[in-house]
Amino acid sequence: MINRNPQLNENGVLQHLLTTEGLPVSVLLQILDTAESFVGVTERDVKKIPLLRGKSIFNLFFESSTRTRTTFEIAAKRLSADVINLNVAVSAQTKGETLLDTVDNLSAMNADMFVVRHMQSGAAHLIANHVQSDIHVINAGDGRHAHPTQALLDMFTIRRYKRDFHNLRVAIIGDILHSRVARSQIHALTTLGVPEVRVIAPKTLLPRMVERLGVHIYHDMAKGLKNIDVLMMLRLQKERMQTANLPSFEEYFKYYGLTPEKLSLARPDAIVMHPGPMNRGVEIDSGVADGKQSVILPQVKFGIAVRMAVMSILAGNQA
Amino acid sequence: MNSIQLPDAEELFKHLVTEIQPDIIKGFTLVGIRTGGVWLAERLHREFEFSQPMGMLDVSFYRDDFDKIGLHSRVKRSEIPFSVDDAHILLVDDVLQTGRTIRAAINELFDYGRPASISLIVLVDRGGRELPIAAQYVGATLELPAGKKLELRRSSDDKLSLSLNDKTLTV
Repeated sequence: MINRNPQLNENGVLQHLLTTEGLPVSVLLQILDTAESFVGVTERDVKKIPLLRGKSIFNLFFESSTRTRTTFEIAAKRLSADVINLNVAVSAQTKGETLLDTVDNLSAMNADMFVVRHMQSGAAHLIANHVQSDIHVINAGDGRHAHPTQALLDMFTIRRYKRDFHNLRVAIIGDILHSRVARSQIHALTTLGVPEVRVIAPKTLLPRMVERLGVHIYHDMAKGLKNIDVLMMLRLQKERMQTANLPSFEEYFKYYGLTPEKLSLARPDAIVMHPGPMNRGVEIDSGVADGKQSVILPQVKFGIAVRMAVMSILAGNQA
Repeated sequence: MNSIQLPDAEELFKHLVTEIQPDIIKGFTLVGIRTGGVWLAERLHREFEFSQPMGMLDVSFYRDDFDKIGLHSRVKRSEIPFSVDDAHILLVDDVLQTGRTIRAAINELFDYGRPASISLIVLVDRGGRELPIAAQYVGATLELPAGKKLELRRSSDDKLSLSLNDKTLTV
């Protein structure tokens, strides 16, 4: 290989988790299997194990986030690591420090792992290439590029409810254009052997050449949801939206909002997922979000186990 | 390959049963350590017709050599389907050597609750202890070369056997 995957060392062992793109199926399954045993830990009275005792994990969030940061923090604490939360958006960066200077300073404080969220695509890669080889980097979302732990917890949830990836039809619905989650989901789904991945969205919310990722494009929910086993809803990213994307949220809801009526077009045992936070009445109706087929809250629970798995696998893989 | 004569695991198991027999009181609970200890615990569970379901531990998350060897690729889930508080636990493993696995197992059990007692059952005690841990019930005590790993195997018809391997071949 000329261009080695920057997440893997020369022996193919995972050093950083930056994207689901190009990760071998064995690594994905190792993470899912390890997460399965962490679900057992999170269901006990004492939800803590001594695996990462003495390790320092820095949550480096250059972009605001409550849920993702919290789940990483809970995951690290349940592994007995020390967690340091840095809301960099309101500290060093505003004083003019560069990204890599910030990282160097934190490395000098003996960090073992960085969990990075940044509005710029590629920020986590940049940090991973910069740090010493014994420091691990987890991408917690970079720009429109990738959000691998979200995609992995989605894969975990699908496997929990559907057992096998090889006979599934999966639809990703909504704001694909702005979504790092969608990109990471598509790479993970295709690597795990899902034979048919559809994206359903208006033309204005699809990235150009999205079909190159191996997905089937639909603009119509009625056609797109036929025979679907798994519906992966996306949040309409209002804050990233330019006026040209949509006429109105009401109109979006009319055509693409998931109502019980539209859900009935999918298979009767289909599951509904959403990465949160939800815009009720925009991309999803409360009747679906709180309905029998919704697995949105289990996703949150599994997210902790999956992040525990990623952290402990990385920490155990020395360079 | 090696000239060391290993005992028959089925014979050792029979001996172990006679060792345990006099002390068996209703209300004991079996917990096997993956993987060999679970096989033995399953056999004991049938042999003594325990009413309580047995537990299974995968101690990978409690090991003290995580920094050196990382996580096993397939960590199984620990399952303790009973309340550990005030339970009399019979902990089962296949081979007792350094005692580090047992230390990890005891630590994990205490994260589920406060047992009334824990006793240890092993098929083989091969010496080489690095911690103050002793088994109450032992199938056999063997002296084996330090560089070799003694492993319990189970055939498809549920027969147990022992094999001695080079440590580097098994992870």
